[in-house]
Amino acid sequence: METKQSPLKVRRKAVLKRLSIWTLCWVLTEALVVFGHNTLWEGSRALTIIGVVINLIFGIGMVFTYRNLMGLLDELERKIQLESMGLTLGLTLVVGIAYSVMDITNLIPVDAEIGMLVFFMGFCYIACMLINKRRYQ
Amino acid sequence: MKNRIRVLRAEKNLTQAELADAVGVSRQTINAIEKEKFDPSLPTAFRIARIFGQTVEEVFHYQGE
Repeated sequence: METKQSPLKVRRKAVLKRLSIWTLCWVLTEALVVFGHNTLWEGSRALTIIGVVINLIFGIGMVFTYRNLMGLLDELERKIQLESMGLTLGLTLVVGIAYSVMDITNLIPVDAEIGMLVFFMGFCYIACMLINKRRYQ
Repeated sequence: MKNRIRVLRAEKNLTQAELADAVGVSRQTINAIEKEKFDPSLPTAFRIARIFGQTVEEVFHYQGE
């Protein structure tokens, strides 16, 4: 049996789909620039700059699409998102600086990598979302 | 904030999903309001009260500190 969806749900699905496409393009262009610089166009500066600009455009598109999605959420969903993002931002700042200090003072045997921070942010955001969603269940 | 949404919903024979669609929020939000884990905004409270043909004061009761 086919159930009729409300116009808001339909719009949200459409924006989510757009967000997935922007995110996929952003990740793919990021990978293309990183790997392409060394392997595909062998260090050509011009091509790398073009790649970075395209990557930035996709990144900005992704951020604005996410903002559109926030506008389509209801008040509880928005509260959960904001709490999760606030906690993620705060924890990333604190942990990121501690991580940097550990690198400067050679407390860790490897160089601090931005990738670790991005991984931490992703993990933190997902954990906060799950905890907050459970809180309001 | 206490509320009578569950009782009013039962009287009107409405599911949480149907009420959510009528109010324009998610079913999870209606569930959280019903369980008094989340206080709705004024516009949402007015929309809920209007659906049940009641005033906001008849649906929601503020209990203070």
